[in-house]
Amino acid sequence: MDIPSLDTPRCEIGDTMSTHISVENLNVHYGKAQALHSINMEIPDRAITAIIGPSGCGKSTLLRTFNRLVDTVEGTSVSGSVLVDGEDIYARNADVTRIRRKMGLLSQRPFPLPMSIYDNVAYGPRIHGTPNRKDLDAIVEKYLKMSSLWEEVKDRLHEPATRLSIGQQQRLCLARGLAVEPEIILADEPTSALDPVASQRIEQRFKALKDSYTIILVTHILRQARRLADYVIFLYMGELIEHGKAEDVFSSPKEPLTRDYIMGTIS
Amino acid sequence: MIGATLLIALTLLSIVGTIVIKGLPAMSLDMVLKTPRGGFYLGKEGGILNAILGSLFLTGGSTLLALGLSLPVALYLNLYARKGSPTAHLVRLALDLLWGVPSIVYGAFGFTLMIAMGMKASLLAGIITVTLLIIPIMARAMDEVISMVPTELVEASLSLGATRLETALRVVVRQAFPGLLSAVLIAAGRGVGDAASVLFTAGFSDAVPSSLLDPVATLPLAIFFQLGTPFPEVQQRAYASAMILTILILLLSGSARWISRRWIRHVVK
Repeated sequence: MDIPSLDTPRCEIGDTMSTHISVENLNVHYGKAQALHSINMEIPDRAITAIIGPSGCGKSTLLRTFNRLVDTVEGTSVSGSVLVDGEDIYARNADVTRIRRKMGLLSQRPFPLPMSIYDNVAYGPRIHGTPNRKDLDAIVEKYLKMSSLWEEVKDRLHEPATRLSIGQQQRLCLARGLAVEPEIILADEPTSALDPVASQRIEQRFKALKDSYTIILVTHILRQARRLADYVIFLYMGELIEHGKAEDVFSSPKEPLTRDYIMGTIS
Repeated sequence: MIGATLLIALTLLSIVGTIVIKGLPAMSLDMVLKTPRGGFYLGKEGGILNAILGSLFLTGGSTLLALGLSLPVALYLNLYARKGSPTAHLVRLALDLLWGVPSIVYGAFGFTLMIAMGMKASLLAGIITVTLLIIPIMARAMDEVISMVPTELVEASLSLGATRLETALRVVVRQAFPGLLSAVLIAAGRGVGDAASVLFTAGFSDAVPSSLLDPVATLPLAIFFQLGTPFPEVQQRAYASAMILTILILLLSGSARWISRRWIRHVVK
């Protein structure tokens, strides 16, 4: 168990959860259009946080502010701050590469790197300085097992990753992300391109991983959020409408907009 | 559409046909294995080994040099320069303009450069000139290929904590590899077939060059000189030379296709 150090204070969300990421007065503009309006919230440590809301409400944008992929897009401006472990990732001297290493990303469609299954998982560790073949073998096996892909691919590790089915590719992307030993998993509608069985396997992985990782899941599938989330963030037209523990938000939403969205009157 | 395809096929067929019919009688093993001997210009003996090797050296050298300059430019334009940046726009415009400049202008420029540097017509001067000629072609073709790499793939690599350089070299180049290879080949093909740029700069020689500073013969110039003689036998050898040049290009593009087919299984679609 690691003890939170004094210089990274973690405030409490509710009574049991501690904060991993806190967002303070975050605004994002794409050119002149404002995508996010002064967002203030906290994301709990080692739990699944679901970001829900109708399409175009800024869910993905919010997710992409956490690993600073948002500022790779032209004409984007970000103001406010995002504190990860108490450190502002938008600070002038922030080390973007190190920040990104803390977070694995799963996108809507899996994008395996143009190399073998083995090399996909070994990509991160190699970059971050694990050249030793034996260590890499162990890492690849460990994370393929963690993403429950090992049994299916152990005999063809050196085949191109593109030969895998799309569901397997998504689990490979999970393994690839886990292999850099992140603290946080960012998932942007990770099951939207998958069939029900493959989706279910991803969901099972998330449940198994949430004890050790902070998982932030963007989803437009309410049932998925209900199944998985411990904490829920509801966005509407780029504004944060409501956030709180999943059972509270789903059973007794405070805001009428949230209620309408959960009831399915708006979508 | 069918008409246009047929027209192109027919044109190609008639060019290849002419070369083969007129060149085949003059083809012999000596042609590819020997340098010209006594009175070659009169069409007596020897071959064009000097021009074959000269073309290979020249194209090989300039393709490598151009690759070393074009790939960084293309990677810069796509991964480093901000989209819509004036610099990137200017570089692309310059490359497009340079693409359209006739090769004789490159020849003249190379010649001036060569004089200014106090060099004689040589393999090195030829390589430099041809490099300048093919950079716009290679860089712009690579630029197009790299711009097709999915953004998500770049983001996947970045989100694993890779730097832009690591992403460029380990992911983008791999993903774009088949396309990059054909960019190199298009450029090499242009280089190997160009006569005007090497006319003043590479000189011509009956011997195989032994150093970078020796003048060197090239196939297009060999064809040009052979065709220019008043002797039918020598003119016939020009067609044989053209045949060799065509086969060379065919081999080049065939092997590239083979390599890129073997590679394509890794590419993410």
